Amino acid sequence: MGTNTVKKSNEGSLLMRITRNQLFIPLAALVLLLLFNLILDPSSFRITMDHNSAGNPVLSGFLINILDNGSELAILAIGMTLVTAASGGQDISVGAAIAISGSVLLRVLCGSNTRPDTLQAPIIVAFLVACVVAMLFGAFNGVLVAVFKIQPMVATLILYTAGRSIASWVNNNELPIIGEPSFGYFGNFIPGIPIPTPVFIAIACMILIWLVLKFTNLRLYTQSVGINENSSRLNGLNPTFIKILAFVILGLCVGVTGLIKVSRLSTINYGVIAKDIEMDAILAVALGGNALSGGKFNMAASVVGAYVIQCLTTTLYKFNVRSDALPAYKAVVVILLVVLSAPIVREKLSALTSKAGRKEAA
Amino acid sequence: MSKSSEASAKQAGRKKISLNDTNLLMLITIVVFVVMYLGAMLILKSGFLKPQAFFNLFNDNASLIILSCGMSLVMITGGIDISVGGVTTLVCMCCAVYLDRQGGNVAMSALIALGIGLAFGLVQGFLVAYLEIQPFIVTLAGMFFAKGMTTIVNSEPFNVAHEGFVALKNTRVSVPGMGTVNKLGEYVNAYVEIGVLVALVVVVVMFCMLRWTKFGRNFYAVGGNNQSALMLGINVKRTKFMSHLLCGLLAGVGGFVYFLHVGSCAPSHAAGAEMNAIASSIIGGTLLTGGVGNIVGTMFGVLSLSTIKNIVSSAGFGEAWWTGITTAAMLCLFLIIQSVVMGIRKKRQLGVKG
Repeated sequence: MGTNTVKKSNEGSLLMRITRNQLFIPLAALVLLLLFNLILDPSSFRITMDHNSAGNPVLSGFLINILDNGSELAILAIGMTLVTAASGGQDISVGAAIAISGSVLLRVLCGSNTRPDTLQAPIIVAFLVACVVAMLFGAFNGVLVAVFKIQPMVATLILYTAGRSIASWVNNNELPIIGEPSFGYFGNFIPGIPIPTPVFIAIACMILIWLVLKFTNLRLYTQSVGINENSSRLNGLNPTFIKILAFVILGLCVGVTGLIKVSRLSTINYGVIAKDIEMDAILAVALGGNALSGGKFNMAASVVGAYVIQCLTTTLYKFNVRSDALPAYKAVVVILLVVLSAPIVREKLSALTSKAGRKEAA
Repeated sequence: MSKSSEASAKQAGRKKISLNDTNLLMLITIVVFVVMYLGAMLILKSGFLKPQAFFNLFNDNASLIILSCGMSLVMITGGIDISVGGVTTLVCMCCAVYLDRQGGNVAMSALIALGIGLAFGLVQGFLVAYLEIQPFIVTLAGMFFAKGMTTIVNSEPFNVAHEGFVALKNTRVSVPGMGTVNKLGEYVNAYVEIGVLVALVVVVVMFCMLRWTKFGRNFYAVGGNNQSALMLGINVKRTKFMSHLLCGLLAGVGGFVYFLHVGSCAPSHAAGAEMNAIASSIIGGTLLTGGVGNIVGTMFGVLSLSTIKNIVSSAGFGEAWWTGITTAAMLCLFLIIQSVVMGIRKKRQLGVKG
């Protein structure tokens, strides 16, 4: 939002330009959090080479931990940014949708036996089926939003309520466990590669969306639908299709995230898997400085925002904050960040600094 | 009541169109609730024939009704407050700890509940109205904060044994003439809990405020169109602030009523209450875009939601997942009805104007 505020004076100072950049707030937050860690515990940046239970060499450390666990959030933030930009609302059903796609994935892999000795289908087939299911649910949300003109948050409330129930219904309320080690590669480590696999998956997704945004009209069309639906329709775009497309892309992101989440544990817990991740994903978009009312978006800022949130979570865990008390601290930090990046506050602050500058000049 | 006001709306012409929409959506909800309940009485019989079953709907949902009233108010002004569930949990925990561990008195604990709700409303209202931060983000942070604080205050669930409190909790107001003869052949009066009375008072006060006072009508004006409300000389920022303040206060009241109903505390209490409140408001005919909504409709929204859950569980679909799926299906149905009805109305209005 910072970039499209009208510049009142052409001071053009480097500092001004930097602080007005949309990437400034999330990057500054990230740097601050890392500095905080550095001061309190200088050893936190050490990356060590360990051996995991399977005897493979793996990297471990605070930074690796953030990169690893932040992957899901970064992937979701990509889809959530598109949905936010196109529809001016948020999808609160992603956590539930992850539960469904993970459940479908396990159902295809296991068949009717919950403790299979051999996989009933190749992993890639199961993954594709799960993706298609997640995209179908995305399309369901998209149709409610685009065709029936229901506000996104309310439309996705339906899947939010039903999602985890559907997930447990898919597997008859049983908890399948996959013994096959190769299934765990997607959420943990591939033997011989010391970097966690989710990092690669997240990077692949980022490159993919970067290419898509660079070589197609997706960015332009999404933004124009988000800014003014009627005028983009009059200009020959199809807002209904673009909104549904945004939700389907988010569905794809959900499918990928579902694979990582399920693969991490090789099993699923319908009530707990990806709990509250929708809130984190929306926060990532907001932290990236994207207007939650739709329109212009900056994908890189959202992704950085996702890592900021993961960094915050990991930091809090490191200081032995209990996992159930975590939200309180998170809330305080989030409110501080949001207040600082609010247009009104920023305007007042910049007015203050320019006044001070003028006094000095006089 | 709705018929007479619809007639008056017709007389008043276009000025009352938003109120007219409200009544139509509310009417749909009430009809669906009555049909559903009568259907359950005729087909399922068992529990639904007893008058007490009907009053239990209120006993179980008194706090949800209060929360939903606050939610509707915020939604009418075009905002949203998802912190109400968290505030309920926090209020529950704080009151329980105060009564049981500190040995306080009941009146003071009620004040604590109100204070917590008011504090949340104050901060959130300020951030939303005067700093213009999206209500979703602010109240999301509020929810996180409330849930986190709950476990910081205390994370062990326990039952409250405070004498004064237990006496209040067990106070029952009997409803004359609605009793049944129990298995021993004794006549037992149907009863409601004190929380239900509180909820009814809240509903009546809120309904009157929104319908007949200038203060209440400002909420509709702000939600219907921000800009024109500003041009009419309505203090938009203050109205938004007041909506969040009242919602916070009602969350405090609702939290205490919930505490009075369950008589225990746990961090998992009232989980998902905010989503239930939003769903009830929507089923009751409040639109998230603002400007349309009705407190009586909201109350029936809560009752409908609870009735469908009862029907599902007593019809033999005992598994937990059925509740979630039917609730969602009902929400979906209502949303589509609303969307279609509003679409037709808009077209007709355009036709009349053109």
